[in-house]
Amino acid sequence: MLRRAARAFGHFWWDFLVGDAPELFVATLVIIVTALLLRHERAAAVIALPLEAIVFLVASTVRGQRGSSRT
Amino acid sequence: MTTTSTVVLILAVFGASTVEMVEALTIVVAAGVTRGWRSALEGAAAALGVLSVIVAAVGVPLIHYVPIDALRVVVGGLLLVLGLSWLRKSILRSSGYKAMHDEDAIFAATTAELAADGPPARAARDAVGFAVAFKGVFLEGTEVVLIVVSLGSSQHRLGIAALAAAAAALIVGAVGFFVARQLSQVPENTIKTVVGIMLTSFGLFWVGEGAGVHWPGSDLAIIALIALFVVVTAVVVGVLKAARLRSRAPDSLQPAGPVTPVVERHPDAASRPGER
Repeated sequence: MLRRAARAFGHFWWDFLVGDAPELFVATLVIIVTALLLRHERAAAVIALPLEAIVFLVASTVRGQRGSSRT
Repeated sequence: MTTTSTVVLILAVFGASTVEMVEALTIVVAAGVTRGWRSALEGAAAALGVLSVIVAAVGVPLIHYVPIDALRVVVGGLLLVLGLSWLRKSILRSSGYKAMHDEDAIFAATTAELAADGPPARAARDAVGFAVAFKGVFLEGTEVVLIVVSLGSSQHRLGIAALAAAAAALIVGAVGFFVARQLSQVPENTIKTVVGIMLTSFGLFWVGEGAGVHWPGSDLAIIALIALFVVVTAVVVGVLKAARLRSRAPDSLQPAGPVTPVVERHPDAASRPGER
């Protein structure tokens, strides 16, 4: 029972973090790393962080659109 | 300054809780109609109780024992994953590339599945009705718990976040009591789009703050980020809609029709938060 609960817990987090759009999980990691690297370059960080989020969001949405068009 | 982030926090938690509670209520109503109201309501209440305990058990230690900057980076990351994922889905739904969430279809599918399990027990309590309502509320509520704990702990406002979620649960419950099967009238995709934009903006803000990037205007930067993502969302939806119409043009001059509504799986199936 404990193993089942652990597996369900792991499953939930995998689906929550990765799910059907793994690129968004990668996007989050990239944004966190960028924020840490640019923490002393305020102007660059303020532009780079939203820009990265937008680029990954658009790319992931286009990927979803293409997947939907094929089916 | 802190008023801005508190208002956005309340709106984000309230909106996210509303979306998830509408989905949960559909399952509870289906269980109540087919298996009896007493068991369904007890199952829903038990799940809400367990979720409240989780908020207190996880949220309070997070606030007191984890360094605030590390907490904000992790919490910001979680909000970002969730926000971008909700935004992606709502953009695909708004532009017609993904089926809309249809509570009527889900209600019909759930009642059909429950009816297939045979008549409810003669006793006052029905185990199937209790279990289905419990699982429905618990699974839908887990995402709300994550949002409440994340947003609440990163701003040291766990109580306000929990109250906003509880208010949403109460309002949706009260509305559901009166309209019962008209949950499909709730503009779920619009709410999901708004909440997706808020979670993404909050996530970016906290990742930056936690890492040591100080946003211009402090908390007001959240409003600027929200405005930016509103514009991006509107542009992407417009471009995708135009692309969809263009791709249909050779076949017919009619505009693209709606996609067949999606029927979510029975809560007995494994949870797939990413699919919603």
